[in-house]
Amino acid sequence: MFTLPELPYSHEALEPYIDKRTMEIHHGAHHAGYVNNLNKALEGLPPALSGMVIEQLMRNLSEIPEPKRTAVRNNGGGHFNHSLFWTVLGPGKGGKPSGDLAGAIDKAFGSFEKFKETFEAASMGRFGSGWAWLSIKDGKLLVHSTPNQDNPLMDGSGVPILGLDVWEHAYYLKYQNKRADYVKAFWNLVNWDEVARRYAQAVRR
Amino acid sequence: MEHKLPELPYSKDALAPHLSAETLEFHHGKHHATYVANLNKLIPGTPFADLPIEEIVKKAPAGPIFNNAAQVYNHTFYFLRLSPKGGGAPAGKLGAAIQKEFGSFEEFQKKFTETAMNTFGSGWAWLVRDKDGRLHLRSTSNAGCPLTAGETPILTCDVWEHAYYIDYRNARAKYLEAFWKIVDWKKAAENF
Repeated sequence: MFTLPELPYSHEALEPYIDKRTMEIHHGAHHAGYVNNLNKALEGLPPALSGMVIEQLMRNLSEIPEPKRTAVRNNGGGHFNHSLFWTVLGPGKGGKPSGDLAGAIDKAFGSFEKFKETFEAASMGRFGSGWAWLSIKDGKLLVHSTPNQDNPLMDGSGVPILGLDVWEHAYYLKYQNKRADYVKAFWNLVNWDEVARRYAQAVRR
Repeated sequence: MEHKLPELPYSKDALAPHLSAETLEFHHGKHHATYVANLNKLIPGTPFADLPIEEIVKKAPAGPIFNNAAQVYNHTFYFLRLSPKGGGAPAGKLGAAIQKEFGSFEEFQKKFTETAMNTFGSGWAWLVRDKDGRLHLRSTSNAGCPLTAGETPILTCDVWEHAYYIDYRNARAKYLEAFWKIVDWKKAAENF
């Protein structure tokens, strides 16, 4: 059984960049819905499958029997992606990464500014619903995007360490059709300590 | 050839309370308008420059030209089949064909609603006619359009979140309930 993780801050903590109402619905209805539907989809499967932790489940979707695979992919992806998203945001965050992560970003993209440009382009270029990611693959950082609730663990294209939700539900109440403004605002919220922790963990693997 | 944003055949507040004026201001005035503007920027100097919108949708490969052209077509198709005087059930030949294909109008409504609810992410639910005249339900992702499969759209419901988020938030099912009250069946029957 998967459970909805609590937010590591209050609903209004990300104001003015992400509003309280958006957080209430995004976490309490959208994310909660993915968790409920994931649990429903896993009902009746053997414990070897239904007992996997979420990362393992994402990497092993092909083991889920066909009639349930799409539901597990969509809802399991929704659960994994949102769980990561909440932790890489925080009130009073933003700024720049430091240490090993900062060095790796400079090495992969040329500079932090270039990285931001690349990440924004991936966020804006994702047509429809989906996610933009900073991931690590074979020790190197890359920026990419996935449709709907897919993520880079599913096809092995990387281990995501930072993600941005570009489904309209993530920004519509405050930004409506202006996704670009939401993407810009996101930089004020990135919890680089958490991204660095995920980077260090992924490098050690 | 410059593509134009079609005017709505009703005022922005005419579909309330089912769809608010605010939703239509954004949906038509921003989203639909942006697809038109993007398309007009993308096509000059390409083989699509002088084609009517249906032809661009049918011929453009996957990518920005297709996405913007199909979203222009899909939104125009959607908005023109809504009406403040809509709702109810279709009469005439279309009504009879729906009964024949789905058993009853209620059964059709149920199946169409399921198609809309099960479209994961951004997309569209459609009632289409194939080249033999038979009716089918289709779900397309993002800008997907039944024209590319050689089918003729009859009715569509936009299930991108921007179509309903201001009025219904995450409650897509509530939006579908409201949708049935504003479907212009007379207009829908034109393509049957």
